[in-house]
Order: sequence, then C-alpha cells, then structure tokens
Amino acid sequence: MPVNTTHYLFLSLLLFSIGIMGTLMRRNAIIIFMCIELMLNSVNLLLVAFSKAYADANAQLFVFFIMVVAAAEVAVGLAIIVMMYRKVHSVDINILNRLKH
Amino acid sequence: MGIYDILFWALSAIAVGCALGVILSRNPVNSVMYLILTFFSISGHYILMNAQFLAIVNVIVYAGAIMVLFLFVIMLMNLNADVEPQKGQLVQLAGVISGGVLFLVLLAAIKTATPIPIDKASIDIGLITNLGRVLFKDYVLPFEISSVLFLSAMIGAVVIGRKEDQGVVKGDA
Repeated sequence: MPVNTTHYLFLSLLLFSIGIMGTLMRRNAIIIFMCIELMLNSVNLLLVAFSKAYADANAQLFVFFIMVVAAAEVAVGLAIIVMMYRKVHSVDINILNRLKH
Repeated sequence: MGIYDILFWALSAIAVGCALGVILSRNPVNSVMYLILTFFSISGHYILMNAQFLAIVNVIVYAGAIMVLFLFVIMLMNLNADVEPQKGQLVQLAGVISGGVLFLVLLAAIKTATPIPIDKASIDIGLITNLGRVLFKDYVLPFEISSVLFLSAMIGAVVIGRKEDQGVVKGDA
C-alpha cells in the first residue's frame, strides 16, 4: 500500500500520544517541556502531510507560525524554570504544588 | 515498495523510537539528544514531502536553537540521572494507560478516514518563492504580530530571569 495521509495520521497520533505519556509520567519540568515540544512537532508533521495531499501552501505557513510561537514559549518557559531553580534549587514539579496551599 | 515507502517507514521508526527514548531515559541530557534525533527524522519527513524550507527551518530553529537552549539550561543546573525525580510506579502506569487510551480512541476515530494519496506531482509548494509569496500576501498581519510576540517574549524572559536582589549593589542588574 503506498503511503497516504492515513499513515501520517497514525504516525503523528503515535508521537502525540508519546508526548502525552511523557507529560503525565515525568516529574522533571524540563522533560515535560520537551514532551510539549514533541506534541507541537507531531501536529506540524500532520499539517505538512495534508498540505502535500491537498497541494495547499497555507498549512505550511501555519507550521511556520507554530514554530514562531514555540520559540517564544520556550524562551519564557525556560526563564521561568531557571528562576524557579534559583529559588528552590529543584526542577521537580511536586515542589511547585505549594501554589495549591 | 518504492524508495518513498522505504524512507517513510525508516524515518517513522527512528522518530517513534527516539520519542520513546525521550520519555524513558533517566538522564535529561540523553532525553535532549533523543529529541534532537526525533526532530531530525521529522525534518527528513518534511524533505520527503517536498517541504524543503520547513525542513531547514526545523533543523535551524528546533534542533539548533531550542534544543541548545534546553541543553544549556540542563547543564547550567547540573542535572543528571542521580538527582532525577521519579514518580511512583502507580502514577507512571496511570500515565501510560491514559496516553494509551487516548491513542486508541483517536485511532478508532480516524481509522475510517478516507485516505488521500500523497500527491507526488506538486513539488513546488514548499519552495521559498511560493511560501514567501503566500506569507507576504495573505499572512502579512500575523507575520508582523509575531514580531511583536517575539519582542514581548524577549522582554519577558529578561525580566523573569533577572536577579531580584538588585539595589543591594547599585547598578548590578
């Protein structure tokens, strides 16, 4: 069977689920961040696949903007993690649950 | 089975295997390396689908800039496998089950989707001449707004990351 959009749907769904699992499994804030990047990339892959299938360039521009937003997000998020590390000397998200109290 | 299919399956295997390595390895530095490999294989998929510009941007922005930033922060904090916090077995199992259930539900939903063959004829969609024309004709406003977003993200990162005990030593901000 030649490769079609269903293959790319399954692949990006698998990558997205792996990202969800990592987000739920790990306690290190930086690893959770990396899993979010993985999920964003799986969505990018699917957008490019449909852009190719429909011969439409708009989806690739959306991928471009997703990359822009991800870069801005990483800059601010890592700054927050570094600040948190400076205060509590840990990147464990279980330390951060004092926001509850 | 053509060269396209062989490359697709090989790149998919690398992507999924390295994505599993990201969430399973104890050492955060190894996680970053696996994620870089995942991004490279996704870039390979982009090249396979004639999205050359996005492939290059993916390598430069993700594998280059963002992952180096992650690596820099991890090495700044001196994280390794010994100080890596671990969740309990039960919570990890619950995470795997929830992710797996999500996977199964979405799989059942898209299983019957009409497959569209990847059109091998249109090869000039992902070229920078075409993308630049679309970007500066239809997406000028989002493009300009994203520059404002970048500026605010930069200012935000500087403000958040600044040492807060300034004023003790004058001009030490």
